Amino acid sequence: MTVDRRKFLGLTGGGGVLALCAGTGLLPRLAAALTSPLAAGDTRKPFEASTLDAVIKAFGGAASQASGDIDLRAPEIAENGAVVPIEITSKLPGTKLIAIVSEKNPHALSAAFHIPEGTEAWISTRVKIAETSNVVALVQTDKGFFHAERLVKVTLGGCGG
Amino acid sequence: MADPMKIRAALNGDVVEVKALMAHPMETGLRKGSDGKLVPAHYIETVKVACNGREVLSADWGPAVSKNPFLALRFKGGKAGDKVSITWTDSAGESRTDEVAIG
Amino acid sequence: MAIGNRGWALWLSALLAIAGGSLAAIGWSQDSAQDPVAEYRAMMGDDNPAVFAEDRGKELWNTAQAGGKTLAATCDLGLGVGKTRGAYAALPRYFKDTGKVQDLEARVVTCLSRLGADTATLVGKRFGDGSESELESLTAYLVEQSRGVPMAVALSHPQERKAYDLGKAIFYYRAGTHDFSCATCHSQAGKRIRLQMLPDLATPEGARAAYTTWPAYRISQGEVRTMEWRLADCFRQQRLPELEYGSPAAVALTMFLAKSADGGVLAAPGLKR
Ligand code: HEC
Repeated sequence: MTVDRRKFLGLTGGGGVLALCAGTGLLPRLAAALTSPLAAGDTRKPFEASTLDAVIKAFGGAASQASGDIDLRAPEIAENGAVVPIEITSKLPGTKLIAIVSEKNPHALSAAFHIPEGTEAWISTRVKIAETSNVVALVQTDKGFFHAERLVKVTLGGCGG
Repeated sequence: MADPMKIRAALNGDVVEVKALMAHPMETGLRKGSDGKLVPAHYIETVKVACNGREVLSADWGPAVSKNPFLALRFKGGKAGDKVSITWTDSAGESRTDEVAIG
Repeated sequence: MAIGNRGWALWLSALLAIAGGSLAAIGWSQDSAQDPVAEYRAMMGDDNPAVFAEDRGKELWNTAQAGGKTLAATCDLGLGVGKTRGAYAALPRYFKDTGKVQDLEARVVTCLSRLGADTATLVGKRFGDGSESELESLTAYLVEQSRGVPMAVALSHPQERKAYDLGKAIFYYRAGTHDFSCATCHSQAGKRIRLQMLPDLATPEGARAAYTTWPAYRISQGEVRTMEWRLADCFRQQRLPELEYGSPAAVALTMFLAKSADGGVLAAPGLKR
């Protein structure tokens, strides 16, 4: 394979890539066999919400209570809003959902994690944050919805590409 | 074709900690490319993590998860040698599965 | 390229403010307070998406080019054909076959052009836009091959010494509309622009910290960027003409920084904002 061909096979996606994806790495069987807690179609609904309240509604709740049993770790200052590390631990018994919500983003919901029995109510990931704002860790248990929040300041950097 | 994921799964006591990096552009649909046109949205929508076929996490993502996503989780009931597999499916219908043995 | 116009504008206003004499107001600060983004960096840990570039680079290194040969079977980075482990830690160096001092990037261009690649095209695509360029992927792989190895540039050949002296001269040479040198921004401890720590490259500690963590996965670009990219970007900040890729000036500056970082243990590709 030449350099130019390698470029063509690059990461960027686009037309050619789909066609080339017929072989290894495509295992839709496994994906389909694993069940999702919300019925298909409903899982995308919460992503249409633009506020925390609307997100909670889309998950089938009414309101949420602040809780000291949710530990939300995020840097006070993020050097770059494109990658903000977030770590959430819920000590609330029966935690079945952990979600990350940023109301100033175009879609309030960034990610939702469904926690089955046997998996710790802990996740660590990285999200985009459009501007300085509160990041909310939303948790659903058998008793309803709970949340914790933390202000993350996003610096534009000011200089340097 | 997306590059293989980088997955590590380590046993600490009775807890398995999984860390994964996925190669994916996670385009929001709001970013302009070098040609000045909007780059179409293209992002991972679902992630499923299984241990020997048993689901240990399922996630729904929007475009706000960072490019080349990072995910870590911890679960019980895994032992050394068990297979942890991760499958993502994106908004363009592409999908990829990779697996690693618990070390 | 996706270098934010907004950042550029802010930077410009910062410069204008300096010219107006209101140094403190725009955020040049010189305090010993902790790096405000230390927590952010600590949380990022070492899960670095640069691994994808390293893998792509490794594949390219072992992939037959147009003429049927691979870089692995033909390219000498200074330690012998195909020898990658530790090679980067001794670069830049003088190469007899080209009669030039070359850094890693210039050397890889030489090797690829010998396998039939068109140099102008390669250099034209040196910094990828939206996806990593071949040179970036290859650099990521070859640099990773020196992870954990201390920097040890020899300066034994007179040409190497000359390159070092030239690099040092450029580092302290004031030029451009603002009469800045590299040293204006990079020779004081604890100096920052807004939240950006300005590394003090004139001390061994500062030079090591910077040199051993480039090339790096640049978060703002979502891709691995090379040392030559870093230097070209600072040329831009300094309002100098564009730094030509692989040019004697670029190699000389790299040589000066590499030698200043002597003994620093390589930890690149790093992870930068
Ligand atoms: C106007 C101020 C300014 C000038 C002049 C300047 N730089 Fe920089 N340089 C910066 C800033 C700001 C950063 C950090 C950028 C960032 O992190 O985005 C930086 C980063 C660097 C780094 C990487 C440090 C690290 O730890 O990541 C190197 C190496 C460097 N500069 C070298 C140079 C050289 C060589 C010159 C002269 C050609 C130069 N700079 C001129 C502002 C400047």
